[in-house]
Amino acid sequence: MNVPIYNEVVAQGGQPEILFWVGCAGSYDARAQKISRAFAEILTRAGISFAILGEEEKCTGDPARRAGNEFLFQILALQNIETLNLYKVKKIVCTCPHCFNTLRNEYPALGGTYEVLHHSQFLEQLLNDGLIKIHDTSTAPVTYHDSCYLGRINGVYEAPREVIGHLKTEIRELKRSRKNGLCCGAGGAQMFKEDEPGHKRINIERAGEVVASGSNKVVANCPFCITMLEDGIKSLDKQQEIMVLDLTELILENCV
Amino acid sequence: MIQVLMFCLLSFGIFRIAWKGFSKVYFNIMLGRDEHVSGNKGKRIQQMLLFALGQKKMFERPVSGIFHFFIYAAFIFTQIELIEIISDGISGHHRIFAEPLGKFYNFLINFIEILSLLALAATLIFLSRRNIIRLLRFQKPELRGWPSMDANLILLGEILLIIAIFTMNSADQQLQILEPNHYPSTGRLYLSGLVTDHLNSFPKDYLVFMERAGWWIHVLVIYGFIIYLPYSKHLHIFLAFPNSYFSRIEPRGSMSNIPEIENEVRGMFGLATQEIISPRDSFGASDVTELSWRQLLEAYSCTECGRCTSVCPANLTGKKLSPRAVMMSIRDRAEELGEFRREHKDNNAQDGKNLFDYISREEIYACTSCNACVEACPVLINPLIPILEMRRSDILMNSKGPSDWLPMFNSLENNQSVWSMSEARDAWKNH
Repeated sequence: MNVPIYNEVVAQGGQPEILFWVGCAGSYDARAQKISRAFAEILTRAGISFAILGEEEKCTGDPARRAGNEFLFQILALQNIETLNLYKVKKIVCTCPHCFNTLRNEYPALGGTYEVLHHSQFLEQLLNDGLIKIHDTSTAPVTYHDSCYLGRINGVYEAPREVIGHLKTEIRELKRSRKNGLCCGAGGAQMFKEDEPGHKRINIERAGEVVASGSNKVVANCPFCITMLEDGIKSLDKQQEIMVLDLTELILENCV
Repeated sequence: MIQVLMFCLLSFGIFRIAWKGFSKVYFNIMLGRDEHVSGNKGKRIQQMLLFALGQKKMFERPVSGIFHFFIYAAFIFTQIELIEIISDGISGHHRIFAEPLGKFYNFLINFIEILSLLALAATLIFLSRRNIIRLLRFQKPELRGWPSMDANLILLGEILLIIAIFTMNSADQQLQILEPNHYPSTGRLYLSGLVTDHLNSFPKDYLVFMERAGWWIHVLVIYGFIIYLPYSKHLHIFLAFPNSYFSRIEPRGSMSNIPEIENEVRGMFGLATQEIISPRDSFGASDVTELSWRQLLEAYSCTECGRCTSVCPANLTGKKLSPRAVMMSIRDRAEELGEFRREHKDNNAQDGKNLFDYISREEIYACTSCNACVEACPVLINPLIPILEMRRSDILMNSKGPSDWLPMFNSLENNQSVWSMSEARDAWKNH
């Protein structure tokens, strides 16, 4: 599909309104790549002027910093900030809440201040502005999982629920939701290591709550949560019954 | 007269001992690294009023929230009674506020009695939650031994105090009838009055003894409490206030910057660096001296309620990590190092131990940084900061840490991505 690259647009004298920050997962993880394509598709359909950094985008440094490797974090963050400032980027939309958090809350201290949105917030705007429209046929109930980095850490609980609310469907809440939401187990760079000894994996605990919610679809907003939930649901042998979707995919599925 | 002398000597002794105890706590907190907290006074005061005074987060769990509020309210209002007791003790008067306050005094004491009864109910419920119902968060390994004993001791002290108040007030009312000149009228006290109704056959000497015993037990329990506080988890009754004032107001999702490392990297890239007034030569925290005094204040503000641990995803799934244990360990280590430095009369003395002797790598590397513990704490303690600071120390200073992370670090260094992939970063659009 055709996704504009920032430096190419700039070279032709253009200035994209939105930078779509894809993130490592969105770029390289096979499952998350689908989310990137779905989001790019929505942006294109809505007629949004956007671009990605492509090869110039580097990891935001979130996992390095949470793992304690500040040196590596600074290397990545300062390079990204150089690029973003060079292109005079104003507005960034992320499909990953970890990228969103670091760009929004950690880059300003290093000289990188931008308007940073998570895609759930941006989708909410698109839906409210009528730039994308949803079929008005009713659909089966969906369960929503709050990611820690969007929810508890950045206080965004309502935007994703508002987005789902545009569908004719019932939102099922998990036993632990909003500020009490249970982590999927991936944050703090846990995604990239084996668990410490324990009696259960965190994603299996969370997947158990998803199963208990009784719907066939669980919607998340983070590529790492999606991997964790899919693995957890597989461990409970429920992958035939329960689908794990990103918010973007749910919207694209139901788009007019 | 003898009573006045006894009281004054006792009070003097108690306050001397308490002063020593609290000075040690202050010394231990100040073992922490200097960190300047400034600005946002309005927001900070608001935080203090909302969370310490208003106990907003306590009500997230309504049962413990309400019962804790009874004890809290009784504690606050009993201070008025305490002022009277101290004034009486020093001046040799009896119920010095009764006459000047008149009807309001009657209202006040009745109010305190009602709160005391509610507090008694709460105390019994809290004891049963710990010892009979055995609520899971009170059965975790870090509470074994002294911490459980500490909690029970305070609750038992509370019961003794309330019994003393009712004994004193009920005997006093009967004495007001027998000897109105010595015992100024309090007006009808409805709760202790119920006991008084059964005291009319008691001889006067006996009533005097009851009243005095109640009064002295009240004084002794409170004085005992004051000396005991610096050694107990109950410091939260005071420290919750400064702690919520000084609590971090930066966004939760931002880790503190390390300007020395930022400068080094800026230098590498040929970017302008900033001047650092007093540069640090170690990063992260391997000991309490490398944590900020704010984190040590947090450790001393912790009352070990375990709300953090009960929502920690790592702890819930059987990992060793418990945010409460992290805070308790920090306090234990501060106690140990503080004692060592006082003994050696040297504010830089090292005892060859550090925080890693108290908090294992297995614990700090189990954290998902999900902030559930931060959200849960009623007095705004942030257990995540010390966990991440210990990771920083382990990785940056010791070059240790989980070997699983090495491929990620290598990949981030060489490919600027968490995974090393052979395809282009924007190849996804063509799949």
